[in-house]
Amino acid sequence: MKNHMTRFRESYFFYSFKRDKVAMASFFILLIFLLMSASAPLISPYDPYDSHNIDIMNSEMPPSWYDEGSPEFLLGTDNMGRDLLSTMIYGLRISVLIGIGAVLLQAFIGILVGLTAGYVGGKVDAVLMRVADIQFSFPYLMVAIFISAIFQILFGIGSYEKMAVPLLIVIIGLAEWPVYARTIRASVMGEKNKEYVEAARVIGLSRPVIMIRHVLPNTLTSVMVISTIQVANAVMSEAALSFLGLGMPVTMPSLGSLIKSGFEYIFSGSWWITIFPGLFLILFVLVINLLGDWLRDVLNPKLYKG
Amino acid sequence: MFAFIVRRITQALFVMLIISMIGFAIKNKIGDPVRDLVGERVTPAEREQLRDKLGLNDPFFTQYSRFLKNALQGDLGHSFFYKKPALSVIVAKAPATIELVLGAAFIIILVSLPLGVYTALRPRSFFSRMVMGFSTLGVSIPVFLTAIMLIYIFGVQLNWLPSYGRGETVDIFGNGWWQSGFLTRDGLLHLILPCFALASIMLPLFIRLIRSEMMEVLETEYIKYAWAKGLNPMRIWLVHAFKNTLLPVVTVFGVQIGIMFAFTILTETVFQWQGMGYMFLEAVERSDISLLIAYLIVVGSVFVIVNTVVDIIYGFINPTVRIAGRT
Amino acid sequence: MSHLLEVEKLEVKFALRSGDLIAINDVSFTLDQGERMGIVGESGAGKSVTGFAIINLISKPGLISGGRIIFNGREISSLPDSEMRKIRGNRISMIFQDPMMTLNPVFTIGTQMLETLYAHRDISRRDAEKIVLEKLRKVHIPSPEKRLSQYPHEFSGGMRQRIIIATSLLTNPAIIIADEPTTALDVTIQAEIMDLLQELCDSEKMGLILITHDLGVVSQVTEKMAVMYAGKIIESGKTSQIVSRPVHPYTMGLIKSLPGVLKPGEKLYQIPGMMPNLTEIPPGCAFNPRCEIKEDICSREEPPLVQKESGVLAACHLKN
Repeated sequence: MKNHMTRFRESYFFYSFKRDKVAMASFFILLIFLLMSASAPLISPYDPYDSHNIDIMNSEMPPSWYDEGSPEFLLGTDNMGRDLLSTMIYGLRISVLIGIGAVLLQAFIGILVGLTAGYVGGKVDAVLMRVADIQFSFPYLMVAIFISAIFQILFGIGSYEKMAVPLLIVIIGLAEWPVYARTIRASVMGEKNKEYVEAARVIGLSRPVIMIRHVLPNTLTSVMVISTIQVANAVMSEAALSFLGLGMPVTMPSLGSLIKSGFEYIFSGSWWITIFPGLFLILFVLVINLLGDWLRDVLNPKLYKG
Repeated sequence: MFAFIVRRITQALFVMLIISMIGFAIKNKIGDPVRDLVGERVTPAEREQLRDKLGLNDPFFTQYSRFLKNALQGDLGHSFFYKKPALSVIVAKAPATIELVLGAAFIIILVSLPLGVYTALRPRSFFSRMVMGFSTLGVSIPVFLTAIMLIYIFGVQLNWLPSYGRGETVDIFGNGWWQSGFLTRDGLLHLILPCFALASIMLPLFIRLIRSEMMEVLETEYIKYAWAKGLNPMRIWLVHAFKNTLLPVVTVFGVQIGIMFAFTILTETVFQWQGMGYMFLEAVERSDISLLIAYLIVVGSVFVIVNTVVDIIYGFINPTVRIAGRT
Repeated sequence: MSHLLEVEKLEVKFALRSGDLIAINDVSFTLDQGERMGIVGESGAGKSVTGFAIINLISKPGLISGGRIIFNGREISSLPDSEMRKIRGNRISMIFQDPMMTLNPVFTIGTQMLETLYAHRDISRRDAEKIVLEKLRKVHIPSPEKRLSQYPHEFSGGMRQRIIIATSLLTNPAIIIADEPTTALDVTIQAEIMDLLQELCDSEKMGLILITHDLGVVSQVTEKMAVMYAGKIIESGKTSQIVSRPVHPYTMGLIKSLPGVLKPGEKLYQIPGMMPNLTEIPPGCAFNPRCEIKEDICSREEPPLVQKESGVLAACHLKN
């Protein structure tokens, strides 16, 4: 273990990380975001899901530094009288949960399809990749909006909202898997004729074993780079869906639904309900994107140019 | 070239077939054509009778081929809410969306070409760094937030520009179909914020794309040769390098125009823009399945057609693709 | 008597983040009207950089950091770009290595040839087309009228190189710099292109600077030559003299490794080792680690380029 640590510290990867101030700052901000969402119940001043804490008399209070603001609510309250800061932290938690969940699902489907297509080849490859290409030619947001619309009608809005978190993970997962499938397939095609795969086949390893033990690890760089960007995309998709009313309900808001609920009040001057969660979301997505750019530059995998 | 076009169109038809099949499967599963026609106040016995009459108890593929036949004749089902053929509802909403997309496309071309080219030619200048910084920031801002911020700044705070609706429109064809906002001052003012919001999603992408393609082209041997021929820098940059940059950009642009249709759903929601995207969300709220499926098929076709046309145009501009198509 | 082109103590450096890298150092030679000269060396020796330096077209971050280039009695290495453009492609033309990459794929041959003329002459389209056709005939392109509207990919490699040669002839330049003009072509076509170049230089009284790693070609085409090693000229003089009686051990090695001088069954000679990277040029004579006759002085002192007994210039401590 210790050996691993020192090796990591001396690696090019860590070296370029230390040299890049933007990457370092992004990483630490992201870490704070992740810690915040993980420990939301511990650090947020109020529990926004607990109706005892919610008093409609407190609704639309501006941030505490305004005259009408109250020191109890640092960033003010939303239209339902919830402490905005707490609601944002809980909202971030949901956004992160859905983002990571959706990316895990896309990666799972995409890697499965990509590996199978790339390794088996022939007709299987042609069919799978045709499906991926067709879906890929449509914007993922459109696909996600459509699937969620169908789901919402199918389940009825009440039960949709109850199951919103797993449903959104499934929706966003289904909408974006082709990205993985295409990249994985491209790298499998590149790897599969290399000597070490040949050697593995000669010593009699079975196909699945070769794919998972030998080919997959060589595609991990690409997976890592894509995944970073995809988390940002998934969080954005979730926010968009929630903003359209196809995502998280206002009672259990993600950042997107919080922005949506605030938008109605922006004309009356209550800008903070929209703007604070909005800036929160932008900063979160921005640091992931910056880290993703940096990772891509450092690891420089051969990404499928779509 | 001919073989290439035929192959491309066959592909497009195949994709359309798949979309229609998905659309029909959804409709068949969760739609309720009886309700679409007569509403909810009918007895179960009457319903069953109607279902038989409408052929809703036929096997899946019989129904699907009927659906396909109708679709080819322009009948995409009946909107339950509007009590009109779904296609005519969509057609009535289309001009608003098309104008929004056109306006945004115009802004994208106008802004991204000069910025992309400039940042490629002077990558180290302060201005280029600023542009690149903003474009990284830009991809991280969801379109609805851009829209909200534009409304808050220019509509609510400064009160310079109208922040919702289409404003005053002019009937172009005299039959009431295409109400255009392009021809009145008020209509144009109403277009500004939504178009900028919609353009904002694609701008960073295009600036980066044009920049990186251009930088790649500038490194090629044929550009170096153009310098060696003693050509004027403007000719080298704006004719030799630019045309080669444009080829990939045109393809991406076509595809992105399609993608912008997806984002109109968000933009139209924020600006209460009475287009297809706004209609789509209303249809979801009203569970108007037939209208949803019609929307899916219309937007799917727009997509497929745009992609196909772009590919064919690309084949025309790029002589090497044409050769590949010929063999 | 002044020369057509005089390169004096030319130095080119690349300003890299890790420090400056001297790509060519103290390179001097002259070229007279109608004279053909070869610059020979391995890749990385600095011969292409020398060629591009003459027309001041070194890719960034490279720049001419010392010396003079005098063309027609005028110092041109420090000319502003707008002045230099009047010489580039007009008085001094260049032919690139790979004809498949040199022509812009999205413009017709006609466009790419005509624009060269328009850049340097105030000329009507009709007259320009006449010149273009005349030059295309000169390089033996059959039915050139039909070819003008075709795109580069409709031509073979050899044909493209002919078109590029025709392009370089358009303005009747005084000098053509040909950077490995046949390396990317089939062997059979190589000879054709070289013959064509030689024939044109004769008939048009053009000077030729032929940059190549192929000593065989140089010995057939050129009158004089310079051998470059690690950014410097290590031997220069009359081609016939250098080929028959090379002085520098490196040149000797190059000549020995020519397949032409082999008896059947004999193994092809290879100079041991590799040319050093520009960042790690050894002290003393740059060639000393690979030299078969080296002595102590070779790794201590850099040999100057001086006249030897045979009349050629060479940079070697030991040989005379």
